[in-house]
Amino acid sequence: MSRFFNVARGVAWRSIHNTVVNPAILVPSIVFPLFFLIAFAGGLSRISDVPNFNYPPGYTAFQFVFVFLQSAAFGGVFTGFAIARDFDSGFARRLLLSAPRRSGIIAGYAIGALLRWMLTGTVVTIAALIAGMNVNGSGIQLFGLIGLGVAMNLAAALWACGVAMFLRTEQAGALIQMPVFVLLFLAPVYVPLSLLTGWIHAVANLNPVTPVLEAGRGLLAGSPVKVAIAFAGLAGAAMLLTAFARRGLASAEKAG
Amino acid sequence: MAVETAIDLPRAGHPSRSAGLVEQTLAVGRRSVVRVFRQRALMIFPMIFPLILFAINGSALSPATRIPGFPTDNYRDFLLAMPFIQGAMFVSITAGVDLARDIESGFLNRLAMTPLRGEAMLLGQLGGALLLGAVQAIVYLLVGVATGVSFASGVGGAVVLLVLSIVISFAFASLGGLLALRFGTGEAVQGIFPLLFVTLFLSSSSLPRNLIKATWFRDIATYNPVSYLIEALRSLVITGWDVQALALGFGFASLLLVISLGLSQSAMRSRLART
Amino acid sequence: MSGSAAIDVEKLVREFRKGPRAVDGIDLSVSPGEIYGFLGPNGAGKSTTVLMLTTLLPPTSGRATVGGYDIVRQGAQVRATIGAALQEAALDAMLTGREHLLLQATLQGLPSTKRRQRAGALLERVGLTEAADRRVGGYSGGMKRRLDLALALVHSPRILFLDEPTTGLDPQSRSALWEEVARLARDEGMTVFLTTQYLEEADALADRIGIIDHGRIVAEGTPPQLKAEIGSPSVEVTPTDPELGDRLAELLSGFGEMRRNGRGSVTVQLPGGEAELAEIVRILDRAEVRVQTLQLHQPSLDDVFLAKTGRKLEGSGDSPIVEAPEGRGRRRRRRGG
Repeated sequence: MSRFFNVARGVAWRSIHNTVVNPAILVPSIVFPLFFLIAFAGGLSRISDVPNFNYPPGYTAFQFVFVFLQSAAFGGVFTGFAIARDFDSGFARRLLLSAPRRSGIIAGYAIGALLRWMLTGTVVTIAALIAGMNVNGSGIQLFGLIGLGVAMNLAAALWACGVAMFLRTEQAGALIQMPVFVLLFLAPVYVPLSLLTGWIHAVANLNPVTPVLEAGRGLLAGSPVKVAIAFAGLAGAAMLLTAFARRGLASAEKAG
Repeated sequence: MAVETAIDLPRAGHPSRSAGLVEQTLAVGRRSVVRVFRQRALMIFPMIFPLILFAINGSALSPATRIPGFPTDNYRDFLLAMPFIQGAMFVSITAGVDLARDIESGFLNRLAMTPLRGEAMLLGQLGGALLLGAVQAIVYLLVGVATGVSFASGVGGAVVLLVLSIVISFAFASLGGLLALRFGTGEAVQGIFPLLFVTLFLSSSSLPRNLIKATWFRDIATYNPVSYLIEALRSLVITGWDVQALALGFGFASLLLVISLGLSQSAMRSRLART
Repeated sequence: MSGSAAIDVEKLVREFRKGPRAVDGIDLSVSPGEIYGFLGPNGAGKSTTVLMLTTLLPPTSGRATVGGYDIVRQGAQVRATIGAALQEAALDAMLTGREHLLLQATLQGLPSTKRRQRAGALLERVGLTEAADRRVGGYSGGMKRRLDLALALVHSPRILFLDEPTTGLDPQSRSALWEEVARLARDEGMTVFLTTQYLEEADALADRIGIIDHGRIVAEGTPPQLKAEIGSPSVEVTPTDPELGDRLAELLSGFGEMRRNGRGSVTVQLPGGEAELAEIVRILDRAEVRVQTLQLHQPSLDDVFLAKTGRKLEGSGDSPIVEAPEGRGRRRRRRGG
């Protein structure tokens, strides 16, 4: 087991190191969520005047939860980009050759994704607080919100890891990103689910991201809803995606 | 190479004449168009992405029409202008990256060795992007009509919308060309791309300016020229013939076009630096 | 320099901002119909010189004429006179070979009726007829260089600039390109200015060679002249019986400087040139010394480069040896050497 952790620690360290020393990787991953927060919370705040829009902490808090969870998911996605890049450069093959416990590689990338997102998530939270976001939830409830982010980050990282290892080229980037992007935006991003109508309501109703988003908003508002469903859904997704990532790794091993 | 079977070449004879500006532009433009259409896979994403956003946001933001004072009861009518601008921004990247590749590969130097004029080179190079912009605009228009968007300004308005969006595409393509000529690398051009999108989101793209609650955001949107491009396109769909909006839209698009094209022209001159 | 030179360069300098002088006051003259080889390692200033002579880069100081036109004041006329295949085979992967030629023909102002004919003829000439309508992205390195050459010839230039035309090519492609270049000079009287970092290429193709290092021309002349400057040829004699080494050394002591190589083998300089070889054979014959091998060593351009710059030429080692094109020999004879 110690060999597993050694590999994971090494891969995670490299992932973080590359992020921190390379502004071209670090800056967009922080700036984009901030930008979404500004565009959504700032530009669309009048949406909260829509009749029956009821979220006591206000629109900034409503959008903060989305941006917070989105940044968690994209923290995982960006890690997939890094893996794909590693395969293009040949570094990943060296890693496969030298790692005694290869599943540690997946764990390492996932830990790297989590550490990266912790930085982004902190920046986004500080920005929202500066913008005057109201926080009504208790300490434990906020801890729950963070937990949702961690689980979201993990699930996205495993997805990205699997796709990157199956395809092993930087071209995989679009395929990693698009489904995550579409899934996130097919949730109730701008208004609560109850205010959506037509096809988007039907789709959002089935979208597994919807309960996660609703649970997050409930926790921040201090009136939790669907928390158990959200965590159960994320745990299920993480299990399935772990299997997917391991198969991706096996495929990469087979390809040499 | 067949030395033994070498054939006699008719001598080309010395530039008996220099090809005219139009002929040169068409020749370079033809190549640029051929390039774009031979990379169809690269065309798809920039064309589809704005449509995906249009589909999602067109529905997800439709409750906004219930805000008191919202100018229309169909949010898709309101949002249709957005894909045109997004598409134009993608065109700017296509144009810029293509030109940057020509600079990096030395293709531009090859063209510079011919009696080609700078203006023909620039206009021809942007030709492919311009055509791409036109095709995109037609697709967006058709998708809009198919999803129930109706034009307050009628068929004539749809035609003006196409014309304006082509002018906007051309202006953004010139901007992409300018970036390529200034920086000379595709990465630099792509690096600017997120900035372009920021200008789109910090505009009146999602809500009318008078309904933006946060004063600072409303101010940014008011000073952001992209707002006026969107509002002009949008006015044709939801208002009818709004002369002021159209004048501002055409005005800002032309201004961007003239400035980018002018600066590109001088950047092209210094990039070529032939004696 | 003569007014009739195809290329005439005086004290040409190019400085880059915050950089050294890439080209540091070179003088050279190339006669019409001559193949001039510009030899030097990477970064010596070869490509910068070509960019200036092809009007793509203005010089910092000095003057040059190409085809009788000033490269600074008469850029358009220079460009009409020359064809250039520059270092990067700058081609568009999305276009076919024929489309490249048609574009070039249009921009060069060929009448529309002649463009297709000219493109077809050039494609045939460089052996790309079959590949003419395939996209260049699928061409091999050699095919790209050949297309590059064809593009440079579209407007029948009098002077051709080739910047490292064979770098990275396999031996067959390299030799094919050499043949074509030699033929252009031989049959069409084209002046060729060729840069290369391959000694064999300069030796095989060029009538005259300029060696450039750190932006300065350190030696210039025909390949035999340059080699002669370095020194005389030498002969290495190995006797059948190694015991005869001393006797051999004694017999050959009357020639130039001598070196013992072991196993009785002796190398001796021939200050009088290759002609002294016959005398050596006669002496050995008279003395009845049986010889296993007798090898004549000519000084190579590598020796010239080493002597002039104090270094071996980078990259020359990985250059495969290719036979010289027949064209050059024939042309030499026609001109009387």
